[in-house]
Amino acid sequence: MDAAVTVTDLVVDRGHRRVLDGLSCTVPPGQVTGLLGPSGSGKSTLLRAVVGVQVVRSGEVTVLGEPAGSPALRSRVGYVTQAPSVYADLTVRENARYFAALYGRGAKEADAALAAVGLAGAAGQLVENLSGGQRGRASLACALVGGPEVLVLDEPTVGLDPVLRVELWARFHALAAGGATLLVSSHVMDEAARCDRLLLLRDGALLADATPAEVRAEAGTDDLEDAFLRLIRAREEVAA
Amino acid sequence: MTTATPTRAPSRLSPRLTAATTSRVLRQLRHDHRTIAMMLVLPSLLLGLLHLLWADLPSAPGQPGTFDRVGLAMLGVFPFVVMFLVTSIAMLRERTSGTLERLLTTPLSRLDLLLGYGLAFGLAAGLQAVVTVTVATTLYDLDVAGSVWLVVLVAVADAALGVALGLLASAFARSEFQAVQFMPVIVLPQFFLCGLLVPREQMAGWLQAISDVLPLTYAVEALQEVGRSPEATGRMWAGVGIVAGAALLALALAAATLRRRTS
Repeated sequence: MDAAVTVTDLVVDRGHRRVLDGLSCTVPPGQVTGLLGPSGSGKSTLLRAVVGVQVVRSGEVTVLGEPAGSPALRSRVGYVTQAPSVYADLTVRENARYFAALYGRGAKEADAALAAVGLAGAAGQLVENLSGGQRGRASLACALVGGPEVLVLDEPTVGLDPVLRVELWARFHALAAGGATLLVSSHVMDEAARCDRLLLLRDGALLADATPAEVRAEAGTDDLEDAFLRLIRAREEVAA
Repeated sequence: MTTATPTRAPSRLSPRLTAATTSRVLRQLRHDHRTIAMMLVLPSLLLGLLHLLWADLPSAPGQPGTFDRVGLAMLGVFPFVVMFLVTSIAMLRERTSGTLERLLTTPLSRLDLLLGYGLAFGLAAGLQAVVTVTVATTLYDLDVAGSVWLVVLVAVADAALGVALGLLASAFARSEFQAVQFMPVIVLPQFFLCGLLVPREQMAGWLQAISDVLPLTYAVEALQEVGRSPEATGRMWAGVGIVAGAALLALALAAATLRRRTS
């Protein structure tokens, strides 16, 4: 099956800094792919390139067979930014309904999306009165509401309590089982184990593109955090 | 995986998405009671101050009183200034909150977004103008020969101009500090040269030439026509047309300067 997202030789500069340096990778369809790496490794920039809002210096990003950000993709790709991007001066329900309308959906889908992120009980509250975790979930609901084929999530579980995090990951896998492709960034290694596939990013370059099992096997350790460290050291030895 | 979903080209204008955006912006306003109160009441209060300022001053025989002349023109200036400010702040908030970036990944086109704002604030301005005109003609005895609905029409066109220029200016503002400073840059020269402070025919030629290309000039002229003639004049319609045209031009420029991809 063709990859849902194909990135080829992607180079991105921000200011005078090269954030992504000739990165190539693919995201398989119908799976949860984790984009892991420390803060500043270029995760958000890569995700922005995938949804087509990042100015790129060179290289190609193809999503569902179309150039990233092309008009035909905008109803098929959902994007949740790292900081919750919803209207603080609207209620949760009003936010969900606005984004539902943009994707050509109605109130029913909006309510379903809120229920899916556990916010049905807070639907009438203004977003500015919510906790940080609730805001993040409201933001997620506004992407789910369009029923996207590709869902790009930038650190969606930051600040969530452990129970909710488990629930959201179950939700991600349910979406993938339904045929959706998920690309989820995180800097928390214990979330890496929950992904079907991993992209390990460091300093704008790809360290690994493999399943969690393959990463563990290659590094010779069961702990993914440890495995990541060993991969970095191995890379540095090669460079030196 | 690529299940066939109907796709549309979102670069085109969609009345449905524009309406959804207008309704969203109005809902945001509705949650902000103080802003609504200020929008509706402040122009009337300021006009009252002007009324008191000129109440006891005699006017030249055969000429309209100063308040009738300036007060009426201010009915066009208020919505322009207020909507310029409100819009540039609203747009900056879209930028800094990340909602703009998100909207640009959805089927909403840039023109849908900008028109949505224009319609929402245009409606708010219409309401503001109705309140202000009513207060001015009843409480302050503002003399208007023509229909007060024409005054409201010019005020709405002025508000649309303020919204469009606010959207355009916000593209060049990187911070709130910059955004608010665009107000005097864009509003004050138009106010100085619109013929209220010095009649246009008494200005130096080059100042008059500048005044000729500033849209607020035509808004004030249209209002003065409404103040003078019981019937709508061709000059008045020309003024309204020029203001509306300038608003559309600014909106198109704003759409062109709104970048989907940023660095």
